Amino acid sequence: MAEPMFPLVAEQAQVRRRGKVLVGPVDLTLQGQGTTIVIGPNGAGKTSLLKMLHGILRMNGGDLRWACPMAEAQRRQAFVFQSPVMMRRSVVDNIAYPLQLIGTKRKEARARAAAWAERISLGDALDRPATLLSGGERQKLALARALIREPDVLFLDEPCASLDGRATREIEEILQQTASEGTRLIMSTHNMGQAQRLADEVIFVLQGRIHEFSPAVEFFSGPRTAQAKAFLRGDIVE
Amino acid sequence: MADLLDGMVRAFWLLVTLDRDLVEITLRSLQVTLTALAIAALIALPLAALLSVRRFRLRRVTIAVLNALMGLPPVVVGLIVYVFLSRSGPLGVLGLLFTPTAMIIAQVIIIVPLIASIAHQSLRELWSDYHDLLISMNATQSQRIKALLWDGRRALLTAALAGFGRAIGEVGAIMVVGGNIDHATRVLTTAIALETGKGDFAMALGLGFVLIALAIAVNLAIHWLGHTESEGRW
Amino acid sequence: MKQMLLGAFASLMLSGAALAEEMKLAVTTSFHNSGLAEVLLPEIKADLDLDLQLLVVGTGQAIRLGEAGDVDAILVHSQRAEEKFLAGGYGSHRREIMYNDFVFVGPGSDEAGIQEAKDAAAALQSIAEVGAPFVSRGDDSGTHKKELSLWAAANLDPQGFGAWYRAVGAGMGAALNTAAGMEAYIIADRASWLNFGNKGNLKLLFAGDPVLFNQYAYLPVSSDKHPHVKTELAQQLEAWLTSDKARDLINGYQIEGEALFVFNAQQ
Repeated sequence: MAEPMFPLVAEQAQVRRRGKVLVGPVDLTLQGQGTTIVIGPNGAGKTSLLKMLHGILRMNGGDLRWACPMAEAQRRQAFVFQSPVMMRRSVVDNIAYPLQLIGTKRKEARARAAAWAERISLGDALDRPATLLSGGERQKLALARALIREPDVLFLDEPCASLDGRATREIEEILQQTASEGTRLIMSTHNMGQAQRLADEVIFVLQGRIHEFSPAVEFFSGPRTAQAKAFLRGDIVE
Repeated sequence: MADLLDGMVRAFWLLVTLDRDLVEITLRSLQVTLTALAIAALIALPLAALLSVRRFRLRRVTIAVLNALMGLPPVVVGLIVYVFLSRSGPLGVLGLLFTPTAMIIAQVIIIVPLIASIAHQSLRELWSDYHDLLISMNATQSQRIKALLWDGRRALLTAALAGFGRAIGEVGAIMVVGGNIDHATRVLTTAIALETGKGDFAMALGLGFVLIALAIAVNLAIHWLGHTESEGRW
Repeated sequence: MKQMLLGAFASLMLSGAALAEEMKLAVTTSFHNSGLAEVLLPEIKADLDLDLQLLVVGTGQAIRLGEAGDVDAILVHSQRAEEKFLAGGYGSHRREIMYNDFVFVGPGSDEAGIQEAKDAAAALQSIAEVGAPFVSRGDDSGTHKKELSLWAAANLDPQGFGAWYRAVGAGMGAALNTAAGMEAYIIADRASWLNFGNKGNLKLLFAGDPVLFNQYAYLPVSSDKHPHVKTELAQQLEAWLTSDKARDLINGYQIEGEALFVFNAQQ
């Protein structure tokens, strides 16, 4: 086993664009087990927070440290975007692409990708252009593509937004399986039911800051702040 | 109007009888332009991809220069190449003036900016699509360029065909550096200019129709070659 | 099939055959448009095994090509420019080969009435008086230089002419096309005129004044200036161009029953 990645520590981490603060300053320490769910109203900065932690949003201040060197940490994580990017190639080539980037032989990469496609019930669509898939199929493909390198940390940005119930269940099953195999999940969602089903701990984001960070059981039974209470009730929170 | 009809008849006869001179200059046109196209694509396409993925200091200037060079009159390119390749020019010892090689050089210079500009337009769009994903996957610079070139190949084909169209129909530059020498550097366009000069409009138009037919044939052939395994629709 | 096509492309790009001996000769458009080259070149190839590559350009450009050493010899018809070329040391010598003549061409209606002119100068004066459209080559070619010297001989200066005087800056054929389109007067060499395919309403209106004779000369590029030029081939070609065989071919060349050139080389 490689050296541990956690704890992940953020200190006064901040991202600004065009003079506007997207997220931060954030102080956060994430430990190495379980599934972290990020919730909060639209525009609160959930996406920016995830992208910042993942390292694809350049920070304008503060500090972000993994327990292992940065380059290694970057190799061991993956990200599933809210609207998945379909590369303009076939389903199997999409899923195999991350393996090819790290030098896996094409034949082996495609074989492993085909196995993943089977798992997300796209086994009979291997050679179809990925751009022709439906929304749910795209999201499953993106998930398979993110997991094929067997990352230690997986970020997901509202992966089930705008999906129907069946696709949502399929994705949650894969996520639960993945989590049980020891992969650390950090995921944002709008769906409170989904949050309760998957979460071990909850980050409640408001106006770019972490408003509350607590174990899931505690958060859902009794949030500490008035805003979190209102959000859980379904009120509009600004 | 009579000339137009006459030209079509002339083109038809040249084609069905496979006129030897016609075959020769047509093949030379193809040889010069396809070679120029291959070289230009090897330069322009990676350049376009690099301009898309990499933010270096002179990037904007480079793009502006490329766009400006697209409008460069071919005859100016021809003159510049002439000055370099002339026996009294810096590259005169190579003895390349008035050879097909000189014509290829001129055409490469003419179409590289065009191909690079058009390719950059579409690759930039593709890159804004792929940006987050490829960075998230830790793709290196060259891997990013490779992914753009491969996944954008259809748009790049269009760019290359635009370059081919400009090169095959070009006359100003290759007249200057090729010299329109019979059996050595005469191609379709310079032959057309020559026949026009002689006042033989029917022959000029006939060659013009052959040129159009050739351009269409090459376009179809390249599209067909570029057609991927399946019925891909990227 | 795809392989075949690709293979064809590849072989097309690589092809480049070894040939007989080659030399480059810059000639004027008017010489080339006469069609005489198509008679002479195959004979030269047969007798000397020489692929003579013709660069068909205006006299001005032909002389530039010779000065730069980009051709091995030039065949032009502008004595003053030729003498300057020799004085600059760019050519080894000048050898007269043959002459043809210039003719005045214009619309059949002939509003300037040059058909009755007594000489070339009078014809030009009446064109200028009427202000009839006149197309000038305007490209520094031998024909253009000849035209300017004729205006000078008629005591007229094209600089001061009005809009009827159109300098088109083009070769003989293109200028004739323009003249045909505008029904304008123009000075052309007889050969280009006879070979021209788009005469329209244009007619040959005036010819025969001795000042209109047009001497062609052959000038090899000096090997002192440009060591790479093919002096030996240029000498062989000169010997051939002044031979009895060339004399018979040149004198015997006709278009529509008219002889175009008179061979006058010193043998």
